[in-house]
Amino acid sequence: MEAKELIARRVAQELKEGYIVNLGIGLPTMVPKFLPTDVHITLQSENGFLGMGPLEGEPQPGVVNAGGIPCGLLPGAAIFDSLMSFALIRGGHVDLTVLGGLQVDQEGNLANWMVPGKMVPGMGGAMDLVSGAKKVVVAMEHCTREGEPRILKRCNLPLTAKARVSMIVTELAVFTIDDGQLVLQETAPGISLEQVRASTEADFVLAEQFHSMSVAA
Amino acid sequence: MNKIVEWSEIGPLFRDGMSILFGGFMGVGTPLGLVAALHESKASRLTLIGNDTAAPTTGVGPLVASGQASKVIVSHIGTNPMTGRKMIAGEIEVDLVPQGTLIERIRCGGSGLGGVLTPTGVGTVVEEGKQKLTVNGRDYLLELPLRADIAIIKAKRADRAGNLVYERAARNFNPIIAMAADLVIAEVEEVVEIGEIDPDMVMTPAALVDKVVLSKEL
Repeated sequence: MEAKELIARRVAQELKEGYIVNLGIGLPTMVPKFLPTDVHITLQSENGFLGMGPLEGEPQPGVVNAGGIPCGLLPGAAIFDSLMSFALIRGGHVDLTVLGGLQVDQEGNLANWMVPGKMVPGMGGAMDLVSGAKKVVVAMEHCTREGEPRILKRCNLPLTAKARVSMIVTELAVFTIDDGQLVLQETAPGISLEQVRASTEADFVLAEQFHSMSVAA
Repeated sequence: MNKIVEWSEIGPLFRDGMSILFGGFMGVGTPLGLVAALHESKASRLTLIGNDTAAPTTGVGPLVASGQASKVIVSHIGTNPMTGRKMIAGEIEVDLVPQGTLIERIRCGGSGLGGVLTPTGVGTVVEEGKQKLTVNGRDYLLELPLRADIAIIKAKRADRAGNLVYERAARNFNPIIAMAADLVIAEVEEVVEIGEIDPDMVMTPAALVDKVVLSKEL
């Protein structure tokens, strides 16, 4: 299974019946595809609505996702302005957000919005999402393209938010951050603890129920 | 009262050095006719305040490309490489603000409030130079109000009094910026008679809108 699909399938297991969910751009948008059919969630789009669905038929005026791409509105959807959208996000009305990451550290700090001197796109809604969502799941590949660890003792890129990450899902492992401590919960199928250690700079402990990741293909 | 005006009345409203609040998210909900009028007006040293600089040919992108914008206060510039290039070259000042903080600052500017306390940005570069307050054990940043000389709005429909209705997610920043400028101009796709919009359906009350102009592109 491709790394991104594995990550998306595992993240999908975190979405529970009735959740209001906001998905970041890129990999996180793959997650709903792998949702069990008996789990119903509502997707929030930061540009101002609840009830986002896939595009069916012709694009409709004003119906775009947070990447500006045409999408659909499901029956029961609700449109609102940016003030309401971010009140929902900051006010704890979003149960879970899934975002990509550049770096996460063992204290649950996330860096995903800029690389000084290289990439300064702006934070958009990411800082509000990470500050306000009840649960923050970072979905990312375990190492950079150059093979450098992304799960660090301390992030060296500018932070998106401090101590707000609840879970990290990569193609190698699942970590949680519990009471300021990084805890290894699962390793991916065929991945050894030693492989995870070798690719992770951060200090972590093993969960009591540490086990192998279970993802149906 | 009839607030519907001709396009010829719009250009002379724009002056060098003005601050402009604009609606839209990636260009969706940005009044493209008013952006074109600003472009044609040649007004320079503009400060643009809104969500993002879209792309070079959409949203407020043309005002970045033309060099008329000397400063932008936005949450995102990543989809318009020209903004980044001009920023690095020192040709445009870019003030990046988290999106939820930006919209709250504009709300404050239009609502008679002296600022807002938000947890967004605590422990990041966003907190630099700002007052931090602890309320019930949680840290917040004091974020200050934002206003502008002119707000340019895109709506679906207006009545002749200036009551506005937006379409789908093109609403975004528009109803909020309508509260926070000295002059509020709305570009609409359709003008109806007073009374034709059900009062329950009005999204921006006419009291906030100064001028309405009918969109050319349909």
